[in-house]
Amino acid sequence: MGKTILIVDDEPNIVESLEFLMNREGFDTIVAGDGEEALQALQSQVPDVVLLDVMMQGKDGYEVCRQIRATPDWQQAKVIMLSAKSRDTEIAKGLAVGADAYITKPFSSKELVQQVNKVLGARP
Amino acid sequence: MTGKKKFIVALAALYAFLGAVTVLLYVVLWTTLAAEEQRAVLRILHGREGIIIFIILAALAAMGLAFEYLYRHYVSAPLRLVEKLGVIVAADSKVRLPQEGPVELRALTAAINQLADERDALKHDVQEKIESAKEAIEEEKNRFAALMSELNQSVIVCNVDGRILLYNNGARRMFRVEAGPARPAGGSLVGLGRSIFGILERSLVAHGLDRLRQRLASGDAHPIAHFVTSAQDGQLIRAQMAPVMHRDHNGTQEVGGYVLTLEDITQHFELENQRDMVLQSLTEGSRSSLASVRAAVENLLEYGDMEPAQRDRFLRIVRDEVETMGARLDKTVNEFADALKVRWPLEDMLGFELVQAAQQRIEQRLSLLTKTEEVDEELWLKVDSYSLLQVVSYLAARLKDEFQVRELRFRLSSAGRLVHLDLIWSGVIIGTETLVAWEMDPLTAGGENSPLTLREVMERHSGEIWFQRDKASHRAYFRLLIPAATAPAAMPPLSLHGGGRPEYYDFDLFRQTEEYSALDDRLLSQLTYTVFDTETTGLDPSAGDEIIQLGAARIVNGRLLRGEVFDCLVDPRRPVAPESLKVHGITDDMLAGRPTIDRVLPDFHTFCEDTVLVGHNAAFDMRFLQMKEGRSGVAFRQPVLDTLLLSTIIHPNQESHRLEAIAERLGVNISGRHTALGDAMVTGEIFLKMLPLLQEKGIRTLREAREAAERNFYAKLQY
Repeated sequence: MGKTILIVDDEPNIVESLEFLMNREGFDTIVAGDGEEALQALQSQVPDVVLLDVMMQGKDGYEVCRQIRATPDWQQAKVIMLSAKSRDTEIAKGLAVGADAYITKPFSSKELVQQVNKVLGARP
Repeated sequence: MTGKKKFIVALAALYAFLGAVTVLLYVVLWTTLAAEEQRAVLRILHGREGIIIFIILAALAAMGLAFEYLYRHYVSAPLRLVEKLGVIVAADSKVRLPQEGPVELRALTAAINQLADERDALKHDVQEKIESAKEAIEEEKNRFAALMSELNQSVIVCNVDGRILLYNNGARRMFRVEAGPARPAGGSLVGLGRSIFGILERSLVAHGLDRLRQRLASGDAHPIAHFVTSAQDGQLIRAQMAPVMHRDHNGTQEVGGYVLTLEDITQHFELENQRDMVLQSLTEGSRSSLASVRAAVENLLEYGDMEPAQRDRFLRIVRDEVETMGARLDKTVNEFADALKVRWPLEDMLGFELVQAAQQRIEQRLSLLTKTEEVDEELWLKVDSYSLLQVVSYLAARLKDEFQVRELRFRLSSAGRLVHLDLIWSGVIIGTETLVAWEMDPLTAGGENSPLTLREVMERHSGEIWFQRDKASHRAYFRLLIPAATAPAAMPPLSLHGGGRPEYYDFDLFRQTEEYSALDDRLLSQLTYTVFDTETTGLDPSAGDEIIQLGAARIVNGRLLRGEVFDCLVDPRRPVAPESLKVHGITDDMLAGRPTIDRVLPDFHTFCEDTVLVGHNAAFDMRFLQMKEGRSGVAFRQPVLDTLLLSTIIHPNQESHRLEAIAERLGVNISGRHTALGDAMVTGEIFLKMLPLLQEKGIRTLREAREAAERNFYAKLQY
């Protein structure tokens, strides 16, 4: 059974590339344009991995991640944060609210795919 | 007793004494004679009574004359001398004793005169020394005051109680209060003898003081404390605090006060914020775009077999994102150009002044003629004036030495965020490579060398320089492109009443420690006063008359401070009575639109906080103030002294105690009468003259003055 990836970012240009990349790597993808949409998407289907942008209008990535971790039904979803924020403090905060990985933009596609496979493989 | 009376009494006493002695001797002689001998004597005397009386009278007269002579020379003359001596001692030291009378007396007067001469010389010497010492102190004081007022930083010195002993112009400006709806009178929160806690948080200052003491105790000889605080209208202020040491009676050192150096860092802070924002917008924005580009490009490379439509979409993403990044960069540079400026200390300077300075320098050091054409006098530059002047005179020197240029002209014009400074000459054309060579040489001109090169200086200014020709007019010029600055907001000078440098410091306040004695028992000479006066629409506040002008000044440590005044017109919301108009000349038109009394009084209340109010016929003004207590919400509960009542104490026999009459009696010049501030000033001056006269009457403390005034007031009422 194919793994599902939820892509959350408010910039359509990166979403387009991520969606294409993940499809080509054999994942099913769902797209959400902001935090609210992401939470709605989670309610209808819990993905295996959430690629979560941090800086978004309205609910930001930290908030979305916190809610995912606070909802028992969503625990199987792994969260990889993607962010232009690169300070130690911001990375630490991302991991603290429950992200499984934190990748700073710009990132290499190869690394991202590796990271996705890693969090999926590490699943018990 | 006058000299004449004294003399007559003395003469009478002499005669009585001589008569008594003679009679006694004759009586004794008479008793020793036998009866016959007595009879024989009587016989001899019989018939010669006339001669005997004549002889006695003659003898008495002779003795009287001799006595008169002796008295005149040895009693009257010394007495006169003593009086004259009194004049020399007390009044006119130029007077000398006349050389007259007997030899002994002459010798004495000569000696006294000599002594007087010596005393004069000595006095003169001492006076001269005092004068020169005074001059030196005055000069130092002026130098000090000038230094303080020219300082860019704000400096305030306080004693441990937080009373301000010294401040400079900078401090006054930093805490100036704009005349506006909230504070109609304007002015400044800084003033001699005022509390620093009106400006800075009390606990912060106390904490700073504690830290200073701790450091002193731990052996730090020059401790300094820092804190940042925000002032009333949101300014961010960085304060540096250093102690002023004071030696007490036992010789132990302790903190007697502190120096606060204040800096308004609001702008710094905003600039820092801006820099942060630039950095953030550049890094985070660029990262997002770069991520999109990279992801798209990597997809294109990795999955070459994608649909052509998909490939186009990725390519378009790359183009769009790159465009976005370019636009973002442009926007950042435009918006934050100032924040991004190199950190070389560039100062704002009027371009016109820079040109003037350059002209002067070139003419003096290089003897080269200079002229100006089209210099925009409004332009402000952001420059390091010293190195830029070096550049200009360096170029002038090389033009003169290598191309025999005889005259140089300056042009200054605006070019958006930049300024063109042109150095123009006619005739010789130089090659661009010449300028390139010049740019790399150290700046030397008129015997002055600098390690910097022309290029370095231009880079510091983020500027450029190039050579340009004007073929039509056969002229050539160097164009220096330098950054413009925005003209600083004009700072209107704080209004000063009267001329002269305002009183910015009073170190005697160091010795004042208010906590020990209540106001009432403090010496009049030590108190802080607010002298005030009002002009009104009429004379009867209960019939609705209103204040139309309020003027006040402060007296601190026996000085009337002309720099710290309150002066305010008030809209009475009713017409001014014609009789009053005649007195003060304030018309209804002048009052329209002024703040109303309920807005002015809270300000005045702050102005005279912690001081004793002084007014002439103060009861009149106080009644107006008290009528407004309900509406303005401020009550004036401080002690009040009335110069009119004080005058009746000092000069009970004078008929008039009007302000003019008192001023004339006490030798105070009257100027600006019948404005509230003018009258307040006159009141202040006469009050200061009254203080020593009150002291002569044994009135030294506030309590004594108030009680005496009350007594006099009731005494007047009882008439």
